[in-house]
Amino acid sequence: MLLKKLSEAYGVSGDEGNVRSLLRTELQDYAEELTTDSIGNLYVKKGLGKKPRVMLAAHMDEVGLMVVGFEKSGLLRVTAVGGLDHRVLVSKPVVVGNNHVPGVIGAKAIHLQKPQERKKPLEIDNLYIDLGVQSQEEAEKLVKIGDYVAFRSSVNEIGENCLLGKAFDDRAGCAVLAEVMKADFDLELTGVFTVQEEVGLRGAGVAAFNVHPEAALVFEATSAADVAGTKEAGHVTQIGQGPAITIMDSSFITPQYMIDLAVKTAEKLGIPYQFRRLTTAGTDAGQISQTHEGIPSLVISIPCRYIHSPATLINLDDYQNTIRLAKGILKAIEEGGLPCEGTA
Amino acid sequence: MKELLKKLSETYGPSGREDEIARVIREEIQDYVDEVFLDKMGNLFAVKKGTGTKVMVAAHMDEIGVIITYIDKNGFLRFSNIGGVSPFIMLGQRVVFANGTVGTIGMEKLDDIKKLTLDKLYLDIGAKDREEAAKLVKIGDIAVSQRQLVFAGDRAIGKAMDNRAGCAVLIQAMRELGDTNNEVYAVFTTQEELGLRGARTSSYRVNPDLGLAVDVTLVGDTPEAPPMSVELGKGAAIKVKDNSVICHPKVKEMLTKIAEEHQIPYQFEVLTAGGTDAGAIHLTREGIPSGVISIPCRYVHTPGEMVDMDDMESAVKLLKTFLTQPIEMDKIYPCAL
Repeated sequence: MLLKKLSEAYGVSGDEGNVRSLLRTELQDYAEELTTDSIGNLYVKKGLGKKPRVMLAAHMDEVGLMVVGFEKSGLLRVTAVGGLDHRVLVSKPVVVGNNHVPGVIGAKAIHLQKPQERKKPLEIDNLYIDLGVQSQEEAEKLVKIGDYVAFRSSVNEIGENCLLGKAFDDRAGCAVLAEVMKADFDLELTGVFTVQEEVGLRGAGVAAFNVHPEAALVFEATSAADVAGTKEAGHVTQIGQGPAITIMDSSFITPQYMIDLAVKTAEKLGIPYQFRRLTTAGTDAGQISQTHEGIPSLVISIPCRYIHSPATLINLDDYQNTIRLAKGILKAIEEGGLPCEGTA
Repeated sequence: MKELLKKLSETYGPSGREDEIARVIREEIQDYVDEVFLDKMGNLFAVKKGTGTKVMVAAHMDEIGVIITYIDKNGFLRFSNIGGVSPFIMLGQRVVFANGTVGTIGMEKLDDIKKLTLDKLYLDIGAKDREEAAKLVKIGDIAVSQRQLVFAGDRAIGKAMDNRAGCAVLIQAMRELGDTNNEVYAVFTTQEELGLRGARTSSYRVNPDLGLAVDVTLVGDTPEAPPMSVELGKGAAIKVKDNSVICHPKVKEMLTKIAEEHQIPYQFEVLTAGGTDAGAIHLTREGIPSGVISIPCRYVHTPGEMVDMDDMESAVKLLKTFLTQPIEMDKIYPCAL
């Protein structure tokens, strides 16, 4: 299963090579052109010369850590790469560097902590990585300053058609994009697997500048907060209720005609959908929509619980429905052209 | 210009949903320019053709508002902000949606008013339950303050003076623009309140030699106001700096010289918070020398924003004179020769 392979691949922001190779292999028989740019974005092109030109994007990178120092004891000091909740870090298995050296995120054991310390979550400065070595010298043989640290977590199917694993943000989006690129449309499609989204939407702007599409679709995983202790008004999205359509976040507000395109397509095809009920955070659409003269964009997300942790949860119906909706939207563009505000 | 300002102020047009305000502006300006068009971001362009220097003047037409995120079973609506919206200002406000649906904003029981945040507020549109509410308003619909513009002497009080006051100045300057060789792109931009987004893409498209923005600015002349030298009624403000741009010194000098020569009341503005479209324009492509003409405005981002009509007239005069005279780019860009 592609989604399982993608989830289990290591690819913290700036180090997306493993994920890129997997996707290259997966899509090489389907693409008319397969290229990588200088920042690391992977471009998969089909229907060259056709009209209109549509870009599809999903980011390959995941949140993680980076090694910034050694203790004499051989423990590693780290810093965050991307938006990490430091409360989820303690005791999680990780891999470090290109050789995927196994380790664990450690902290002072509970019985050594003072009563006040126990009340506060541990900051990243209080955490370290333990490679199971006895000295700095031994640690330096295995890893270097600047090595990436990724969560080590395998994918499991659980409960009612759910998948538990790391980095569904945004490997689930990558898998959707890969499946969509395998289908044929009477459009010039460029599927872009972007880099460095988690550190500031950096790959997407470069990609949109290169592709210069007339419209863009972004596939994401977004928070599902339908969990204990939250009121329904604060759920953002709910798992199992279908793909989530973004109306607004901190980086982007969706043009009404793009929202209408998604809603009409979902209703026509009988695909369940929901709106993302949060107006903060950002996605690649923030950069893409601001490139060149402005590129109308749309974000379709798979609801994901416990996002940015080693154990995130998605529903496979949501995943399949996201693929269906994406294909439906492209079919609608193929038949009816791009929606657009009345340009005179 | 009073009538024009009233019409613009009362029109619906939050960030991202500027169709209606763009339609109104288009009607007001199309007879005075050579070409009018919209782009995919919703920016409205009004062009006066010419062979001289290409100048883009941006006035953002969007206003702040609230976006519906949830409808509860009793028909109450929860919302988030579009732009800089204070919960203290919103409490008790009457708001209106694009389809004319109106509502009033109430708050949950709160022991300490200082703890008021937007998520403690809700919008009541008079619906009896979720079903009835959903017939009037959808998730993602945006409401703005419902407020008529009134005149208190020569001062106008209303919603969305930020930046319909700037739009009125730009429309009026284009109407009164005499013969000029300059090619003038008046651009009524979208999504300024969300981060100068319309200006970024429209200035990329226009690729002007020089950029100007017309927007409101804060004042320091009210009781216990933070220190700031701009005062209502003391003329158009020529911006020196805000958080988004340090205005090109030569553009600032040109504006100042015109104001002096034509005896247009003016004041300098250093704004320590906030930004405007020039922030996006001056960083477009290889960089575009940019300046800003500001209209002093009290009570910014409330439904009772106040501007002075004499300041508006000064801004129109300054802008149209700037656009009419020859602009020698080699004097602005000496190093480019």
